[in-house]
Amino acid sequence: MLEVDITVRRGAFRLEAAFASAAPIVALFGRSGSGKSTIVEAIAGLVRPQSGRIVVDGRTLFDAGRGIDLAPEARRVGCVFQDALLFPHLSVRANLDYGERLTPRAERFVDRARVIELLGLGALLQRRPTTLSGGETQRVALGRTLLASPRLLLLDEPLAALDAPRKAEILGYIELLRDEIALPMVYVSHAIEEVTRLADRLVLVSDGRTVAEGEVADVLSRADLEPYTGRFEAGAVIEARVTRHDERYGLTVLGFEGGELVVANLDALPGEPVRARIRSRDVALALEKPRAASFQNVLEARVESLGGDYGAIVDVQLTVGGVPLVARITRESAERLALAPGLRVYALVKAIAIDRRSVGYA
Amino acid sequence: MPSGEELAIVVLSLKVAVVAVAASLPFAIGVAWLLARRDFLGKTALDAVVHLPLVLPPVVVGYLLLLALGRHAPLGRALDAIGIVFAFRWTGAALAAAVMSFPLVVRAVRLSMEAIDPRLEAAGRTLGASRWRVFATVTLPLAWPGIVTGALLGFARSLGEFGATITFVANIPGETETLPLAIYAYTQVPGADVAALRLSILSVLLSLGALAASEWLVRRRKAASLDA
Repeated sequence: MLEVDITVRRGAFRLEAAFASAAPIVALFGRSGSGKSTIVEAIAGLVRPQSGRIVVDGRTLFDAGRGIDLAPEARRVGCVFQDALLFPHLSVRANLDYGERLTPRAERFVDRARVIELLGLGALLQRRPTTLSGGETQRVALGRTLLASPRLLLLDEPLAALDAPRKAEILGYIELLRDEIALPMVYVSHAIEEVTRLADRLVLVSDGRTVAEGEVADVLSRADLEPYTGRFEAGAVIEARVTRHDERYGLTVLGFEGGELVVANLDALPGEPVRARIRSRDVALALEKPRAASFQNVLEARVESLGGDYGAIVDVQLTVGGVPLVARITRESAERLALAPGLRVYALVKAIAIDRRSVGYA
Repeated sequence: MPSGEELAIVVLSLKVAVVAVAASLPFAIGVAWLLARRDFLGKTALDAVVHLPLVLPPVVVGYLLLLALGRHAPLGRALDAIGIVFAFRWTGAALAAAVMSFPLVVRAVRLSMEAIDPRLEAAGRTLGASRWRVFATVTLPLAWPGIVTGALLGFARSLGEFGATITFVANIPGETETLPLAIYAYTQVPGADVAALRLSILSVLLSLGALAASEWLVRRRKAASLDA
């Protein structure tokens, strides 16, 4: 359980953050400069808030009212930063040793051999940080932080400096850690794909304030929060399970409350829970079931509301068997189809619009 | 080959310079860290005081030292009572050299500390290291090239110290007569040009040696940190 309720003033910048989460991974999501990193620094003890309190699993790290302000080294909060910050004068092995040696034996719950194996660090131990690639650097940073046996892991845009393949690689490792080590995490990002893949709860940060918090799927499908989540990022998140694979065409079928979704080949076993994000601009609407069309996914849906006043564009809020979905279409189309709340429509989603990057292993 | 008398002058100069640098280096590192990493009341004043010897005429510094630590000054007498004497001793020459070289050492160390990403130190804290441990295990090793450079600059400045030394502890052969003082004395004597030149050559050799030693120290450190 993580409880944060703080105000931080830093020159002209003012941050007011309040949220609580018991989820394994909570995401702080918002544009750069919104104050996400300041929240992380306050939790780590690197920035002192003017007022408020920070509690992790019942342990008070900071409480202005009671005069409690634990030093960073006493908080047992691990940090992984965008630029890794490995010690350049130490070998990879010495970097890994750094935090572990400072942790009393009784407090160590992370097995060194296991971490080295999980993150594939065995071959890197003799190397110097300056000779590592971006992905390797971030893996070592993860390992170094884990070996200090933190009670909470803060990941501050850990993928921002990496290219797409490395991003996917490190995301995979973070998922592995989440499942293997069961450490509560705070994941800071401005990339919605990362958030939907990893996180369970989402805290939306904008202009130095926490504007919303809730389940990832709920927050991202709320139309009123779109100014914060971003116009082109808008979409819905669907919790599903792998039903079967179509080996012949390389397709994967996902089952969810509202029916089935066909997506391009997914690397998951039948029965495995996954989370698929469907961007609203990838959803088209039809009044009748198309007979000869390439759409793999034709879902029976009900129009709930029309919104998003962007002139030419309308966001149509739908439910597919109770599961929310959003379609972004032109105002002209909406009027031509005479869309109105309560209307039965078909939501059309191309299978390839749901790619590997937008599906996470829940 | 240098004569016994010349060797004695070289040994005394080395002793004065080494002691001056060794004794002032820890303070210089501390002051450099304060100036590079901490914000406090009077930081500007501390910065100014540290730089004072750089801008004051050395003779003035020597005279101020004499006023403060001379046999008849209150502080000098107090130190005399516990067995510490600076006036007209080689220790006084070392003190003068340390004071004169202090700003150079602080400057070099401070620059190298300011070049270290403070977030590396923050990362150390979040891994469980106290402020002191981070200083010892992150800041100091990363500032090492600057510390070596500072020590070398201080050593060279100490070897060359003249004005403050001759004002504070005078020119006493065998006690306070370092290389520059001896060279100056020879130039005041008719027909001693050869002696002055010989000492000057020794002085050049010493400085080159110091330069080579510092280069070696920095290189060795780089190699060692690979296996750390």
